[in-house]
Amino acid sequence: MTFTVQNREEIAVTIEKDAIFFRNAVKTYATKISMGLLYQTKIITAASEIVRNLLKYGGGGKAMIETVTDGRKVGIRLTFKDSGPGIPDLDKAMSDGFSTGKSLGLGLPGAKRLVDQFDIRSTVGVGTTVTLLKWK
Amino acid sequence: MSTIQALQSNSKLITEKWLLLQASEEGDFADAQTEEQKAEAAELVTSLVKSLTENSIDDPDSDAFSKVKENVGILSLSRARQGYSPRETATFILRLKEAMLEVLSSEITDAKQLYADSLKISKILDNIMINSFESFIKGREDIIMRQTDEITEISTPVIRVWDGVLALPIIGTLDSSRTQVVMESLLQQIVESESSIAILDISGVPAVDTLVAQHLIKTVSATRLMGAECIISGIRPEIAQTIVHLGIDLSGIITKATLASALRTSFDMLRYDVVKKSERKLATGA
Repeated sequence: MTFTVQNREEIAVTIEKDAIFFRNAVKTYATKISMGLLYQTKIITAASEIVRNLLKYGGGGKAMIETVTDGRKVGIRLTFKDSGPGIPDLDKAMSDGFSTGKSLGLGLPGAKRLVDQFDIRSTVGVGTTVTLLKWK
Repeated sequence: MSTIQALQSNSKLITEKWLLLQASEEGDFADAQTEEQKAEAAELVTSLVKSLTENSIDDPDSDAFSKVKENVGILSLSRARQGYSPRETATFILRLKEAMLEVLSSEITDAKQLYADSLKISKILDNIMINSFESFIKGREDIIMRQTDEITEISTPVIRVWDGVLALPIIGTLDSSRTQVVMESLLQQIVESESSIAILDISGVPAVDTLVAQHLIKTVSATRLMGAECIISGIRPEIAQTIVHLGIDLSGIITKATLASALRTSFDMLRYDVVKKSERKLATGA
């Protein structure tokens, strides 16, 4: 499916404070397309999960916010890129309760459940790219 | 007459011109120039022209100007703290350059020499200006740093809402360092006030993700280890749905939608009865 991008912004995420700034930026974008409070909270929370992973495992990277439309619906698409170690076993990483750190292991699968489209690509030694999409 | 001599013998004129230019800049606030500011300007001009020598005039980075730069730095710093705009601070030095070049053009008649020396003076003042800007930014950064400290300090108050009941309203994002502060002050207060119930109110937390949830669970566990019960209140409808979708299990924790219902629950746990006055009279038959 092809989407038309209406608005785009790229934010570098290297420290925990950047995550807060990024989350606020997502909120601004979501408010601009008058997304409901529940969906806003969902996309912001999902974004927060991925950003945390980006910082913790990927050693920082870039996050992009876009307002996209497929002609009928409007939504927010977020793309996260890092050049970290990559994820060796994606299936494992996407299953509930699995964590290589000491966390709950719900970040990636949880984020997937919070959005409409979720895409993760990872190459060991090259990096990881995560794309989230939430329609209004 | 050489350029250095021309500037040194005319330092008073430069100061006057400078003040005049600044005054025209400020428009209606022209009479705002205090004696103190005038003295400051005069001192700055004097020290600047004094530091001009045959050697230093060719080298804007010369140590001869360190005293001037220091003074300008202090001035810019104080301007930043007083809330001056960057434009105002920059024009302050730019006007000095203008004043100096004006004086120079009336003293030096040879066009070639005037051009060469104007260039040198410009370079020196540009250098001072960069210095001033750095100090200005530093002044602003100091303010930001101080505010950040203040925010962390005020953001985690522990309130005694009742005998034995503590409330801790959390506002803003709950990151690892905040959680540490929250946990420390909460546990400390539980000991000091001998409280048996702590209410963590998260109405002011914008988003609860897995890490925030984990921090909350840890805080609750630590509180329980101290022998106190912990209630989490202020769970908004959208937060509740998000937590469920994330798959976080908070069922082992007492959670309430509002601080009021959390307080009611703690009264129940402490076996307090909250009764209206008139109803109490009826009940006792008085």
